[in-house]
Amino acid sequence: MTKSQLIEAVAKAEGITLKMAELAVNVTFEAMEEALVNGDRLEVRGFGSFKVKKYDGYKGRNPKTGEIIEVKPKRLPFFKVGKDLKKRVNGEHS
Amino acid sequence: MTVTKAHIVERLFSQANGKLTKTDCARIVETIFEIMKQTLESGEDVLISGFGKFSVRAKSQRRGRNPQTGEPMLLPARKVVTFRCSGVLRNKMNSD
Repeated sequence: MTKSQLIEAVAKAEGITLKMAELAVNVTFEAMEEALVNGDRLEVRGFGSFKVKKYDGYKGRNPKTGEIIEVKPKRLPFFKVGKDLKKRVNGEHS
Repeated sequence: MTVTKAHIVERLFSQANGKLTKTDCARIVETIFEIMKQTLESGEDVLISGFGKFSVRAKSQRRGRNPQTGEPMLLPARKVVTFRCSGVLRNKMNSD
């Protein structure tokens, strides 16, 4: 499922216009994105939570050429699946 | 700080310019996550361009151990949901 298919499904389920569904889906992911960019924790009950992990920089090597490269510190989001979704993908209904 | 569904609802309400009530916003946000859950439940991936991809991966049965008692046990096959961050989001998170 892509974002546009999600928008269509939301419009249909809610009986709202595609435009309104598009706004809702976009605002949802913008809010989630902003939280992660700010380094905040993000929690959606029943779906899952995101935490930003910080990784230090280090000196690495290109395994092919042996060349020493500088790996910069980075931040990555880490997703933890929520209880309800975890159960449901395993066919247990809550 | 922790951002929750309530923040998302609040934001949708303010961006809808009076076209949606707060109750509508709460229900719509709930529906968005419910549809994503149903899709993942059916085994299908959810790909949100610019944000990331949620996929369902099957883990096979394996022999594990109860770490407390050391007793060997068989862990059943199960499914897990993984998230892969989009390159766009990753760059935004690291542009400082």
